[in-house]
Amino acid sequence: MSVPLRPPRRLIEITVDGEAMRVPEGDTLLDACQTAGKDIPTLCYGDTLSPKNACRVCVVEVEGARTLAPACSRKAEPGMVVKTDSDRARHSRKVVLELLGSSVDLSTTPNAKEWMAEYGADPARFGEDAATVAEPPKVDNDLYVRDYAKCILCYKCVDACGEQWQNSFAISVAGRGFDATISTEFDAPLTDSACVFCGNCVEVCPTGALSFKNEFDMREAGTWDEDRQTQTTTICSYCGVGCNLTLHVQDNTIVKVTSPHDNPVTHGNLCIKGRFGFQHVQNVASDG
Amino acid sequence: MKRKKAEHYDRLTHPLVRENGVLRRATWDEALDRAAEGFRRNVAAHGPNAFAMLSCARSTNEMNYIGQKFTRVVIGTNNVDSCNRTCHAPSVAGLSAVFGSGGGTSSYQEVEDADVILMWGSAARNAHPIFFQHVLKGIRKGARMFAVDPRRTGTAQWADRWLGLNVGTDIPLAHAVAREIIHAGLHNTTFIERATEGFAEYAASVEPWTLSAAEQVTGVPAEAIREMAHAYARADRAQLVWTLGITEHHNATDNVRALINLSLLTGHVGRYGSGLSPLRGQNNVQGGGDMGAIPNRLPGFQDILDPAIRARFESAWQVPIQPRYGLNLTEMLEAMAEGEVTTCYLIGENPVQSEADSLSCVKRLSMLDHLVVQDIFLTKTAQMADVVLPAGAAWCESDGTFTNSERRVQRVRAALVPPGEARDDIWILCELARRLGHDWNYSGAEEVWDELRSVSPAHYGMTYERLAEHQGIQWPCPSTEELEPPFLHGRLWETDPGKRGRPAPFAILRHSPPVDLLDDEYPFRLTTGRRLDSYNTGVQSSGFASPLRRGENIELSPEDAATLGVTAGEEVRVSSRRGTVVAPVYIDPALRPGLVFMTMHFPDEVDTNALTIEATCPIAGTAEFKAAAVRIDRLVPAKAG
Repeated sequence: MSVPLRPPRRLIEITVDGEAMRVPEGDTLLDACQTAGKDIPTLCYGDTLSPKNACRVCVVEVEGARTLAPACSRKAEPGMVVKTDSDRARHSRKVVLELLGSSVDLSTTPNAKEWMAEYGADPARFGEDAATVAEPPKVDNDLYVRDYAKCILCYKCVDACGEQWQNSFAISVAGRGFDATISTEFDAPLTDSACVFCGNCVEVCPTGALSFKNEFDMREAGTWDEDRQTQTTTICSYCGVGCNLTLHVQDNTIVKVTSPHDNPVTHGNLCIKGRFGFQHVQNVASDG
Repeated sequence: MKRKKAEHYDRLTHPLVRENGVLRRATWDEALDRAAEGFRRNVAAHGPNAFAMLSCARSTNEMNYIGQKFTRVVIGTNNVDSCNRTCHAPSVAGLSAVFGSGGGTSSYQEVEDADVILMWGSAARNAHPIFFQHVLKGIRKGARMFAVDPRRTGTAQWADRWLGLNVGTDIPLAHAVAREIIHAGLHNTTFIERATEGFAEYAASVEPWTLSAAEQVTGVPAEAIREMAHAYARADRAQLVWTLGITEHHNATDNVRALINLSLLTGHVGRYGSGLSPLRGQNNVQGGGDMGAIPNRLPGFQDILDPAIRARFESAWQVPIQPRYGLNLTEMLEAMAEGEVTTCYLIGENPVQSEADSLSCVKRLSMLDHLVVQDIFLTKTAQMADVVLPAGAAWCESDGTFTNSERRVQRVRAALVPPGEARDDIWILCELARRLGHDWNYSGAEEVWDELRSVSPAHYGMTYERLAEHQGIQWPCPSTEELEPPFLHGRLWETDPGKRGRPAPFAILRHSPPVDLLDDEYPFRLTTGRRLDSYNTGVQSSGFASPLRRGENIELSPEDAATLGVTAGEEVRVSSRRGTVVAPVYIDPALRPGLVFMTMHFPDEVDTNALTIEATCPIAGTAEFKAAAVRIDRLVPAKAG
């Protein structure tokens, strides 16, 4: 009944954009492309999550394959010949970006503007009547905000909340087709859901649809300025587990807490105390 | 549901000194002079052993190293301890008695690779959520998990089996598990013969604990005990994890030894995937002890009674070290009552609210001639001080290191400038040392760390550069070139007796039920613990607006609520033989009849530790927070008829 340990991985040979390379068996094409220094756009891919193949923005061409392959989930196989920048792959990425851009607010999605320019994507070409997922942000607690007008339905939050990390199962997909949304049970406010406010869904959200209340408020007020922020990784003080916290500090004030995704203790995850419990150090009486 | 927002504390931004009975603002110079003068006065009058330091398990290794050095070098006593005493000192005492080293033997990654995980007295799902994610990974890969806890905790909800034992019956349960393993022939005879001693006496001592005898005492069905025993013994790789459910008892070190016995019996220690993991409650409670901020060990967990070790430190520090153990926290408090300890330097601790039987703690601290408190808040303890020194918050305003529950030393980095005149702990300690005739100058935390590395072989290989490169390194790390395996005590599996070293002794233990007996007057068993969104005395966690927070409650089973005729939210009087509090009722079906639960998170609303008993473990000094006898009375008498 013993659970088998993973044996060491051997190397296999593949070709990426005409260059031969060796990668560990089990690596994905995205891993290989990143090793080779190729810049492949990703949205639904999460470095701490199993690939969901939802967004298709990372597709590459594999010689001999009928369809384009999502680089984030397709495993490298011996002898594979991969083209990351073929016309077919570029065209596909362009259309994906146009469809997303026309229906979803990508204004806080990192790199979206640059990708649109690189692939010549024109989300406006579907006309002003193109359907959108616009709705007002849901603000139902003091810790984080759900702005589903920015949601691309990548499911990363559902996986992080569910069986891959948190195992709280507070959110899932509700509805069908274009009306599908991420929702709590019966669409209840978070405060009446199974949510434990760990913020691990916010950590993996690629578009800013989920954001910390503090960041949301500062963006509304126009005071959020990442150029003036420092990021310092230190250790949480709430228990003996030793979670690594990256403190985002603006004007000597902690404005956001994340955790390094490659950290052996946290894998990017925190609990409510580590994620939100920093205010006590900056409670200073005004007459100080 | 009623949600309370607790009052938050404001940061201390300048020093305070007591004048005519009240604390007033002071300059750093005045406060440091007053603090130093008081220490000097008391040491001159009563000798160095009249001084006691409580070092901070929340602060860095570097601060703890300097704190114990201050105690041993500047003052000349071994009276240094930390709140480690109120939680995991028994784990350290038990592990070091058996293996010679007080750390957990495994790594988090090994939990993911285990076949069987025993979570014993550990509500890790809520108290150590990110550790529990490693457990969940293991469960999803196929591990079987058993939860041993009087309450059906969040941990228990993920278990294959929940063994809901009566509070304080851990030894009978462990003994019954051992007896079942032996009788089924599942003990690891090769390991026992090679690496342990005292097996025959141990086997005889557990013999009376048949499954049915254990069922009588523990309340756990015999068949469940049998299943856990067989699963643990048959596993290739098994982890035994415990938390304060084991250690906050009057016989805590015995509880720890009872669990260690199981690992010796089955050979589940000293191999990858098999081990013993006490989960630490504070960020640096492991490191504080490792740095020597405990009364019986010098830095690097080296025994103070060993003349060769003492000589090494005496030559490094150029002072004699008293060849005897200092007082632990519990003994310090007693010595205050006896007038033997007359001055105390308290760094980042809040014993007035964290100690069992809090009223007697206040009495004892108030008998001191000179109390100096160094903290980031004006806590209830700081309010009693003669001098209050405002410190930086270690985890975000200091550079240094913390050591976690898997012995991983990790870098702490300053991200903020402390508010007002608050200063780094090490700066404050050095200023006081200078005023007491020791010209200490450290350019920063790294210089302190390098000094520690030079006196502690277990830390020698951990340069700051390497700690950053590897995202922390687990001790022992004697070499600057190599890394050791992630588990401890692999030596026990060596075939060569020379390499195997000292055999691990089985402990012969007796069941000792909780001190605070249940009777008709006090019929309910009160146990205490943590909630997911709050922390200890609440000084830190009250600072943020948690949607989950509901203030202090007395949590009751639905059956007991019905018997008492109380409803959810109703305030009731909870009394023990020591004190009385009033708290609202919360009905929790995870509790069994007769068992009630409170936290210690909201002492300003409800002082739970007015109820708890200061019955302490004679070996480690930890109080029995987990078992008090209480009665519950309605404030409004039920209507007649």
